[in-house]
Formats: sequence, structure tokens, C-alpha cells
Amino acid sequence: MTPEQIRSEIEAAIPGCSVEVAPNGAVPGQASLAVDRLHALEAAWFLRRHPGLLLDFCSNVAGVDWLDREISEKVKVRKLVDGVEQEAEETRKSKIPGRLEAVYHLFSIEKKQGPVILRVRTENRSDRVEIPSLTPVWRSAEFQEREIFDLYGIVFTGHPDLRRLLMWEGFTDHPMRKDYVPPPEDDGPQDPRGAVGKEAAAG
Amino acid sequence: MISSLKEMPREAGETGGMAGSGAGSQLLEVAMGPHHPSTHGVFRMDVQLEGERVVRLKPVFGYLHRNHEQIAEKTSYLGSMPYTDRLDYLCSMSNNWAYALTVEKLTGLQPPERAEYIRVIMAELTRVQNHAGLIGFLLQDMGASGTPLMYAFREREKILDLFEWVSGARMMCNYMRFGGVRVDLPEGWVEGALAFVERAPRFLDEYEGLLRNSEIVMARTQGVGLLPAELAVNAGVTGPMLRASGVNYDLRKVDRYGVYDRFSFRVPLGEKGDVYDRYMMRLLEMRESVSILAQALRDLPGGPILDPKSKLRGLRPKAGEVYGRIEAPKGELGFYLISDGSTNPYRYRVRPPSLINLTVLEDMCLDRSVADVVVILGSVDIVLGEVDR
Amino acid sequence: MEQDLKAELQKHGVFTTTFEELYNWGRKNSVWPLTFGLACCAIEMIATTMARYDLARFGAEVFRASPRQADLIIVSGTVTKKMAPQVVRLYNQMPEPKYVIAMGACAISGGPFRDGYNVLKGIDRYIPVDVHIPGCPPRPEALIDAFMALQRKIAGQQLTGGARARHLKPETPSEYPVPEHGEHGLEPTLNAEVWNPLRVIQ
Repeated sequence: MTPEQIRSEIEAAIPGCSVEVAPNGAVPGQASLAVDRLHALEAAWFLRRHPGLLLDFCSNVAGVDWLDREISEKVKVRKLVDGVEQEAEETRKSKIPGRLEAVYHLFSIEKKQGPVILRVRTENRSDRVEIPSLTPVWRSAEFQEREIFDLYGIVFTGHPDLRRLLMWEGFTDHPMRKDYVPPPEDDGPQDPRGAVGKEAAAG
Repeated sequence: MISSLKEMPREAGETGGMAGSGAGSQLLEVAMGPHHPSTHGVFRMDVQLEGERVVRLKPVFGYLHRNHEQIAEKTSYLGSMPYTDRLDYLCSMSNNWAYALTVEKLTGLQPPERAEYIRVIMAELTRVQNHAGLIGFLLQDMGASGTPLMYAFREREKILDLFEWVSGARMMCNYMRFGGVRVDLPEGWVEGALAFVERAPRFLDEYEGLLRNSEIVMARTQGVGLLPAELAVNAGVTGPMLRASGVNYDLRKVDRYGVYDRFSFRVPLGEKGDVYDRYMMRLLEMRESVSILAQALRDLPGGPILDPKSKLRGLRPKAGEVYGRIEAPKGELGFYLISDGSTNPYRYRVRPPSLINLTVLEDMCLDRSVADVVVILGSVDIVLGEVDR
Repeated sequence: MEQDLKAELQKHGVFTTTFEELYNWGRKNSVWPLTFGLACCAIEMIATTMARYDLARFGAEVFRASPRQADLIIVSGTVTKKMAPQVVRLYNQMPEPKYVIAMGACAISGGPFRDGYNVLKGIDRYIPVDVHIPGCPPRPEALIDAFMALQRKIAGQQLTGGARARHLKPETPSEYPVPEHGEHGLEPTLNAEVWNPLRVIQ
């Protein structure tokens, strides 16, 4: 089934659920399905139980951090210049707000098919970072969602045991975020990577 | 390390009729690890015990979290290749392959036939030494101190000699490249590998006969650490552990990546999913690997070893994302890459089979004794470099 | 006793020794390492004890799981910030005299993972190291070489006088402060009494 077919089936089965097909520019170019977070759990159950898909195996759960981006694209517009309609190029800038994302790679062991790629996005990167946990559907997401909570700071609602996985309790940062800056560490005055060491290397 | 003694919480309406009641009114919390000889590295299990019986087990990770993913996102695509060696540091060749395969999927490179055969040979040699080592460690955990591990490492050294011959390093081979392999096989290497393959069945017979029929091994492994197939699938367990539970899912057959469709080999399956099945699974898989090795060495074609379109330095894949996976000795090893068109991956994620196979550790260990926990953990086959990354 | 006289006597079948030499000879040939593996290097450490490389030839095959029974801790692999307090605690729990081998690039300086947010940039920030082994991972031969270097160091240690061994001086500590997990990293980031910063050699 193509992602577009799956999208229309999900939207038909779950009222109010909106699914976006996210394109993929890579060579195999498999598009993924971005499900809105309110209906993500229902959509996951639907995909798992769908007789044509039977996605019983959630292989990989990855967190992604998208920073605020500014995209400038050149658009051709028709303008009236001195009373004559002319074609002109205009640069439009659009801001894409940053967000965090959990990407699920789903396979079917029963049908030996896959993957179907599911994306669930948070509203922003700072305070509204809750998305539903899919651990009730696939237990394999349990540790991986904990890891994303730890390293990216996505809060998975409904997760049975949402604690930090890799860093210690009491650590307050989310180090895999793109804007994470580690605390400065004293490498000594003669660290070859430090100021003195670079000077020595230069001359 | 005993960390605390707790009064056992009494459930409402409970009359105290627990197993081994009387003394069983206290729960003992034991932190096994991160320094513990049976945890295969720096893994920790917080175990709650009622007497000898495990009532709760929570794994604690991160003691070897070396930030592989973040470092890779700050490095070029090729620059991450040596880091993949250090993921599952027993199986550097398989890790190389998984990463190279993923980047090839992202960029559309196609390795030449000879390179594909060489990759199969390297991956199967890796599987043999990984499984042999694992069984050695597992039997050591059961108390067969020394001998099985000595046997395993004796053979492992022979395989490492082959790796060193071709790549220059014993453990961290850094051998695969996007679209092929780094160097061609040196003269005499194929004969050396064939000599190993010819002797391998004798080693496997010896290794299997060593303790397979031992009463102690059977008593310690049969019916211990049961993993039902349904739970295994739901928890994302892969590799020999999944197949020991009777689920026929081997990526070499399902995805047919590389040239695996050209070899005839069988996929062993377990029945019960206990420790004994997982132990036997590795023994049988080693035999199949030796059979694949013999076929691959026999049919090894000549020709180039690297796709001429392959660009190693300054590789800039088109923006997009890809998920590639192979059947590593421990299970499905996957790489998830997001490219933004620059020289570094925007997102680099490793799907670690060892970590996800540990999801079911508590389910397998509940109601067993501490000594069984050690054996069950040994049968999962973890390497902490991959669990924590 | 003069070395010339000693050699001359040995030619005539008379063996002389000092209590110091005899004591160090015994110590250097019965080093008990701690069963302590951190990462990749631990596999090479295991390979060193196996049949081909056979560390038992140097009297060090008795790996003990308890720090209370060990004289040598081989820091074999990457020390993460999460693990560092435990490593220091294990060192503190070992009885004197005790020695440390930093095996591999990671244990020395963080190695390839130096830039990681959870990686300690060398175990010598918290405990004193006797022998460093470069390599990623070092080969078993390198570990054996480091082991022989440690044996030479033990054999040369004086038991009396001002230059006596570290563990015989009452003022040197046998335990070092254990770092704590803070909100952003380890606190303190290093122990200035132990640490020798990197030096640029021109």
C-alpha cells in the first residue's frame, strides 16, 4: 500500500484524524505519515490491526530535533509595472517553527512487509512537548521513548515508566538537541585544543 | 551491593500467604552492577528480591553512553565509519556493513559483485566468532569457568587473524566503504579463510559436545527464561532470540540484502524460547554460517571492489531520509539517517538490537532466582557499546 | 650491596639479595587485577588472559571480582561521566599497595569519544595512573608490555627513605574524593591534586 492509500484509510477510519504525507527526497524516497498527536495512538492501533498491513513490529523509534527555520523561496508573480503586466521574481520568506519529532519505523513480521514510517510531532520545542506514547501498542517503544525523553525532552504521555534512560537522574539538559551546549570544562592551560595549544601549533 | 531493606508493602486483604512466608515479609533491593562480573560490561540491574525470588527487575543503562549519535552528527558521513566499529565491538564488520548499506540506500550506490561477496564472508566470520564467544561467556556464567571461553577465544583469534590480514586491525576493522570495501583481499587470504572453514566443523563438534549434554547445563537452562513468541514480537526482540521463540524472521531471508539470495542456508528455529533454545540457536547458526562461508569462498568472483561512482570524502547526499538494516549477530541492526544536503547527517540514529532485546529481561526473570538472572542475561547476548552507544 | 660484587658472587654460585628486592620480586609476580571491563578494550584484556597471549605467564591470571582482593585496576575502556564515580569508588575500595593501568585512548584522554557530553576526558583527572597504554584498542601485546612496565616499576620501588613508594608515605592519600553527578556534568570536573594537564611538547 502506498502512503497515500494508508492516509486515506486512516482518515476514513478515525474521524477527525489528520494525516500528512511527508515527502522524502532520498533515492528510495519512501514517504512517511505524519499523524496529528491527538489521534496518534488510535492511528497506531489501526495500523497494527489493519488486516492488509498487520504492522506488529515497531523496529526503530528515533527522536529528531527541528530548529526554527527560515525558508526563502523565489516565486514568480505577475505585477503591474507602469500599467503593463509583467512577470517578476520575488523572494518570499517563510518561517517554519521548530518542533520535536518522534519517528517510528513499523514492519510486519507476519506479512514480512515494511516499513511504514510514522511521525508524531510536538507543537514546539520549549513548553508544549507532549505527544502520546505508543508503548501500549508496541512494547519495543518503551526504552526507545525513554531515550528520546532523556536526550530530546519529548514527554510521552501514557508511558508506563518515563524516566531518563542514559543520563543520570538529576541531569537537567537534553543533550541531543541541536542547540545544546555542553558546560565548559577545564582542560588546563596547555590543552592542545585550547587557546595556548592552538598558538603553539600555529607557530 | 545491598542498598536497602524495605518493609514489604502489604496489599489490602492479603493474609500474608506469600511463598516462603514468615521470613518473606521483607524485600531486599540489590543493585547488580555496574561493576559485576556477570553483567558483560557496565550494565546494572536493580533487582528486588523476596528471599531468592525476583519480584522486580529494572535495568539501568547509560554507563557506557559515549554519545556516538551526536558525534556522528558533527562528523562527515565517512568519518562515522570508524565509530561504528566501536558500537558492538565484537562485530565491527557487521556494523560497518549496516552503515555502508544505509548510506548506499541514501545515495543509490551499488557495490560490485565481488565486494558483496567479501561483505558476506566478513559478516559470517563475525557471526561465528560472536556466537562462539557468547556461548563461552554464557557457560562461564553457569560456572564452567575457563574452558569453553578458552575454546571460543582460540577460534576467535584465528578469525581475528583473518580480519587483521585484510584490514590491518584485529577488532576495529573499519573495512567497508560506501559502494564497496576499502581494499581487496590480499594474496593467500582466500586460502587462509578456506583452511579455517575446513577446520570449523571439527571445532563446532568439539564445542557442541563439550557441554551440550551436561546435566548441569540442561538443569540451568531448560525451562528458564521463557519468552513467548507473541511477547517477543511485540517487544521488538530480533535475531537469534526471536528465532529461539519460534518466529521465522531472518533479515537475510526477508530483505535479501547483499547477495544472500544466492546461498542456500537454513534458519534454525526454537520451540520454547528458553535459555537452552537460545544456546542451541547459536550453535546451529554457526554451522549455517560456516556453510555460507564455504559457498561464498567457492563462488567469489573477480572484478572491482568499489563502485566507481562512490565518493568517499565530501559526500553530500540529497536531502531526505533512509532506514537501512541488516541481520547482525545480535539481531536487527538498523541505521536511520536524515540528510539535509550537507556533508554531515542531520540525524544519525542507531537501532541497537542489544538494547531492544533487553526490553523483555524483566518478563523473563520474574519469579526466578538471582542465579537464573545471570544465565538469562547471558543468553540475551548484549554488548554495552551498542546498548548505550 | 654493589651490583658488580653481586654479579661476581653469582658467578660463584652465591646468591645475595636484599629484603627490598625479595619483597618486590614477590609482589611484582603476583599482581591480582580487578575483573573490571568498561568497553572495547575489555575484550582485548580478556583476549590477553586467554590461551594465545596467556597473561598467566606474568603471574597475573587471578582476576578478582572484588576490589578488596585486587592490587591492580585496569581501566579498560571509555569512562563515562555516569560511570566515573563508580570507578573512583572501586579504586578507593582497593587495599594498598594499588596500581592503575589506563588502557586505551579513551581511558587516557577520552580518545575518539572525547567530544561527547557524557565522556570523561581521561581517568587521570580523578585517580593517579601508573601506566598509560595508547591504542584503540591496544593489542594484547601492548597490554603485556604495559604489564611488564608495571612490574619494573614495582621492582624499583624503595621501601625506606625519602624516595620510598607512594603507598608507604603516610601523607599521601589512599582514597580520593568521589565526584558527584551534577545538573550538567560531574562536580568537580577534576581533582587538581591528581591531574597532570596535557603538555605541548615542542
